[in-house]
Amino acid sequence: MVRLANIGKRYGAGAEILQDVSLTLVPGGFYFLTGPSGAGKTTLLRIVYLAERPSRGILTLFDTDVATADRAAHTALRRRIGIVFQDFRLVQHLSVRDNVALPLRVAGISEEEIMKHVPELLAWVGLAEHLEATPPTLSGGQKQRLAIARAVIGRPDLLLADEPTGNVDDRIAMRLMYLFEELNKLGTTVVIATHNEGLVARFRRPCMHLDGGRLFADELEA
Amino acid sequence: MLGRRSDLPMARDATSRFLPWLVALMVFLAALALAMLFVIGNLLGRWDRDVAGTLTVQVAPVLGEGGDVGTQERVEAALRLLRDTPGVIAARALTQSELVALIEPWLGSSDLVRDLPLPRLLDVTIDPRQRLDLDILGKRLSQTVTGATLDDHRIWLSRLVNLSRTIELLAGASVLLISLVTALTVVYATRTGMAVHGEVIEVLHLTGAQDDYIARQFAERVFGLGLVGGAIGIGAAVPALMSIAWMARNVEGGFLPDLSLPVGGWLAIAMLPAVVALLMMLTARFTVQRTLSRLP
Repeated sequence: MVRLANIGKRYGAGAEILQDVSLTLVPGGFYFLTGPSGAGKTTLLRIVYLAERPSRGILTLFDTDVATADRAAHTALRRRIGIVFQDFRLVQHLSVRDNVALPLRVAGISEEEIMKHVPELLAWVGLAEHLEATPPTLSGGQKQRLAIARAVIGRPDLLLADEPTGNVDDRIAMRLMYLFEELNKLGTTVVIATHNEGLVARFRRPCMHLDGGRLFADELEA
Repeated sequence: MLGRRSDLPMARDATSRFLPWLVALMVFLAALALAMLFVIGNLLGRWDRDVAGTLTVQVAPVLGEGGDVGTQERVEAALRLLRDTPGVIAARALTQSELVALIEPWLGSSDLVRDLPLPRLLDVTIDPRQRLDLDILGKRLSQTVTGATLDDHRIWLSRLVNLSRTIELLAGASVLLISLVTALTVVYATRTGMAVHGEVIEVLHLTGAQDDYIARQFAERVFGLGLVGGAIGIGAAVPALMSIAWMARNVEGGFLPDLSLPVGGWLAIAMLPAVVALLMMLTARFTVQRTLSRLP
């Protein structure tokens, strides 16, 4: 599904932030990506969700070589990836409903379909009472769940979550993790970047560790 | 198009506040320049129609006792010569009252003016399809009739046409420059808008929005602002143009030619807001697409 081979990333003439990163994510997998702050977790995720180009190496997404694919193909690839940004990136002036509907609207899905699926998903993440609210009026946990709802509304094949539990307390963090597990059971490959070692230990999933720009193999599970 | 939902909060942008006023000014200036273009084009066409195929012969008056009789004899001799010339369709002498009317704007119409020994003018209509040698005709006239000279209007008309063409070119260049400035303003405003909403644009881009999906939102917003600005500009330009036309009509003595705007001119001016808004929309769309094409 996702294959990185000797990926390197540097900005300008600076040192390499990522060095020879190679990994393979299989369909339906659930992975943790850990590492200290500044280890390159966000950069690695940005490369996978096509926000950045690697400086070197080969990135293959859903059997497509990203380097040789055209712009339209990149758009099609992005529609198969759900992203939970570390800072949520919610659109502040749009309602909860419209924030979640965003990926469907950009994909040209009919309003009828959108109005059917969005409330359903929002009920699933516990935001059914806040359809018309705007993000500034929501709590941290609600924003987090809204960001997750937006990431999964398009039934992505791959979900990338950057520190999704970073801004919430342990109780909400656990609820979010169960949400990701449920999604994973539905067939979505999930990658969660986190520095919460307790969470990783508790869920015992394959773990990739980044340190100093290098990726280290997981010892828990292959 | 104007009421459609937008993913980008552009209604609160600073550019949304200044752009309509800037467009209003541009449309106002463009309307004035366009009006000038049409009025001068109209004027040139009219001069061309009036002057092509006409000549004027001037016969100097005979002064002193019995001068009127002598002058009349000269006029009749000149008319005979002209009417016998192949290519001349008609020739007639202007009456005394027509002559006085011609100099009235400068000297008035008092009895003193009426008593002045004015040169007589002959209005000659020629067939423009025939190649009449005006130099030979002029020589024959001056040799046959004492004091008769031929004026074929070409020299003064060519100077006037040159002047008018220059003004026409300047007006045309002004319209082009105004369009260019408007387009550059839209490029600047769009880029500023993109910088302000960079985060939302990146979210849209990463969730799979095509470049055109984002570009269309900017284009529709700019089109709406262009229409509003254009309407304000036209609202100011039409009364201004009507005032100028009214004032020109009321200048006493007929110094000014008819400066009324032809129907085509009014139509072109009426279309300005839509044309400007369309230009702005295309510029915004192109700018956004070009900027987004640099994203990964």
